[in-house]
Amino acid sequence: MTDIIGYILIIIGILFDIFGCIGLVRFPDVYNRLQASTKCVTLGTILLLVGVALVSGSPALSGKAIICAVFILITSPTAAHAIAKGAHASGVELWKNSVVDKYAESKLEIRNTNEVSGE
Amino acid sequence: MITLFYIGLFICCFLCLYRIGRGPSAPDRTVAIDILGIVIVGFCAVIGLDAEKDFYLNVALAWALLSFIGTIALAKFLEGRSFDD
Repeated sequence: MTDIIGYILIIIGILFDIFGCIGLVRFPDVYNRLQASTKCVTLGTILLLVGVALVSGSPALSGKAIICAVFILITSPTAAHAIAKGAHASGVELWKNSVVDKYAESKLEIRNTNEVSGE
Repeated sequence: MITLFYIGLFICCFLCLYRIGRGPSAPDRTVAIDILGIVIVGFCAVIGLDAEKDFYLNVALAWALLSFIGTIALAKFLEGRSFDD
C-alpha cells in the first residue's frame, strides 16, 4: 500500500516537472518563465522526493530524501526571488501584453521621496 | 516503471538545455540553470531508488547546495554588483 502511494506521488511529481519545463520553453518572457518553471518544478521535485522516501525501505535513503525536500522547499523561492530582482535590475523588458509592473513603480516612488527629502 | 521515470526526467533535462542554449538573454539562461539543478536533484533520487544505494542522495544534497549558491551568485552578478558586495 505504501509502495502504491509512493509510486503515484513519483508519477505526479514527474508530470509536474515536465509541465514546468514545457512552461520554461513556451512562455514569452523571463518573468513568466520564472513563475511557471519555479513553482511547478519545486512542487514536482518535492513530491518525487517524498515518493522516493515512501517507496524505499531503507531509513538512510528516506531520511536523506526528506532532508533534500525540505532544503529545496526553503531555497528554491529564495533563488527565484533573487533572479527576478536581478533580471529587473539588469533591464530586461516585460512582455508587451503585461499589465502591471509594481517593482518599477515602487522604485520610482522611493526615488521621488528621496529627492523631496533631499531638498 | 523506473524506465518511464528516467524518460520523463530526460525530457525535462533536454527542455532546460534547449532554453539554456536558445535563451535570448542572460536571465533566461540563469532561470534554466536553476531549474536544471532542481531536476537533477530529483534525478539523483530516482537513481538512488533504482540502485538501492543511499549515497546518490548525498550527491543530491550537495548538488542542491551548490546549485543554490551558484544561482544566488549569478543573480547578484546580473544585478550589477560584485560577489563580495
